[in-house]
Amino acid sequence: MKPHADGPRWLNIFHFASPYQFYPLAGRLIPLFATLAVLLAMAGLWLGFAIAPADAQQGEGYRIIFLHVPTSWMAMLIYVAMAFWSVMHLILRTRLSAMMAQALAPTGALMAFLSLFTGALWGKPMWGTWWVWDARLTSMLLLFFLYLGFIALTRSIDEPDRADKAGSVLAIVGVFNVPVIYFSVKWWNTLHQGASISMEKGSTMASTMLIAMLLMSLAAWMYAITTTLSRVRNLILQREARTRWVQELLAIPANKA
Amino acid sequence: MSSWAFFCTVIRRDLFLAWQQRGDLLVGLVFFVLVACLFPLAIGPEAKLLSRIGPGVLWVAAILANLLALPRLFQADWQDGTLEQLLLAPAPAGMMVAGKIVAHWLTTGVPLTLIAPLLGVQYGLSSDLLLMLMATLFIGTPVLSALGSIGAALTLGVRQGDMLLALLVLPLYAPVLIFGSGAVAAVAGGLNGYAELSLLAAIACGSLFLAPWLAAMAIKLAVE
Repeated sequence: MKPHADGPRWLNIFHFASPYQFYPLAGRLIPLFATLAVLLAMAGLWLGFAIAPADAQQGEGYRIIFLHVPTSWMAMLIYVAMAFWSVMHLILRTRLSAMMAQALAPTGALMAFLSLFTGALWGKPMWGTWWVWDARLTSMLLLFFLYLGFIALTRSIDEPDRADKAGSVLAIVGVFNVPVIYFSVKWWNTLHQGASISMEKGSTMASTMLIAMLLMSLAAWMYAITTTLSRVRNLILQREARTRWVQELLAIPANKA
Repeated sequence: MSSWAFFCTVIRRDLFLAWQQRGDLLVGLVFFVLVACLFPLAIGPEAKLLSRIGPGVLWVAAILANLLALPRLFQADWQDGTLEQLLLAPAPAGMMVAGKIVAHWLTTGVPLTLIAPLLGVQYGLSSDLLLMLMATLFIGTPVLSALGSIGAALTLGVRQGDMLLALLVLPLYAPVLIFGSGAVAAVAGGLNGYAELSLLAAIACGSLFLAPWLAAMAIKLAVE
């Protein structure tokens, strides 16, 4: 790649594609996103649990929506982000892209798990059951398995180069499959059970509820970015442990102590 | 050698090798029959219930039998270095994988399809249900081999590869299972089931078109 001499360096996206350049940038961004995550979550929780009115039908129980919806959104979005970085990795051959995909996966799996868990907690008082074979529940469960498969595959290949590319191929196969799985499950469900329990709340949602949910979603975004960046930093240190700059970086605290 | 000739050569070679080790193929079939026979033992011999769960059970058993046979796709060729030689051939690697998928389907999917009606009779399925079951297996098993080839290629030589293969591939099989057993259930419910069959065929076209290419990419990673 020919370096661009003209223009400021932050205009060149490939500048930060080098792990050496990205490591300090990620380090500077983490406190920013962590602070935003905490502030947004505090505002969202306050609005959601203290200010928002109780639901006409569901009473206080509905308030788990402020955790359930953001985690569900993030679980789906993170998989798309993973697939995006995988495509970037296969096209541009940038190592950092594959590291980003691998750093995103555990957070995505966590979000999918939390989505299922909070869904079950919500389902018990509202529907009278922990689990229904609803289209959304089933496809979220399969998405969770796709995350686990991706993590297991990239962890069990020892050569980093092959792990990167194998993970990228898998993420791309998975992202094609997520919509197919969703629609097939949806169709299967409606075919067998007739009218299923709808989770749509319509447009009757109070505006404070909506704002609280959006705040919580933004908090989930910021949390995901924070954890991903710190995981990428660890991955960079592991992968580049033999390079000089990492050894120098790690030597500094040892000298001071 | 043209791509087409290469494709046919790979199929002929794989079929010849499979015929020489025909005992292995039989093991897969016996596994399919055994799994299908375990369910009535667990659930009980009530005829009405069995005919209701029959299509689903047979489809799950077919998927498991296919999963068991997946490592055979590339494992032996990878270990003795044949796969590297096949990649050196002056033809697209995707054609080689496509040939292997077809041979794999002919040696696993087709026998499963042919033996399924026998098991269907044990579950008390009527003749039009049996016909639909055979049709869905005939169209659905190529998808299993095609999607499975990607998983098999990704896990070549990986620690606990076979366990990992199941984890990677089974979520991807979900749509095939849904439409495959759904079509039979639709016939049982008085519909014609063509909608599910068409969707299954659409999935088959899509996956047979894309999977060889992706699996070839994964094989190159393993061989490098």
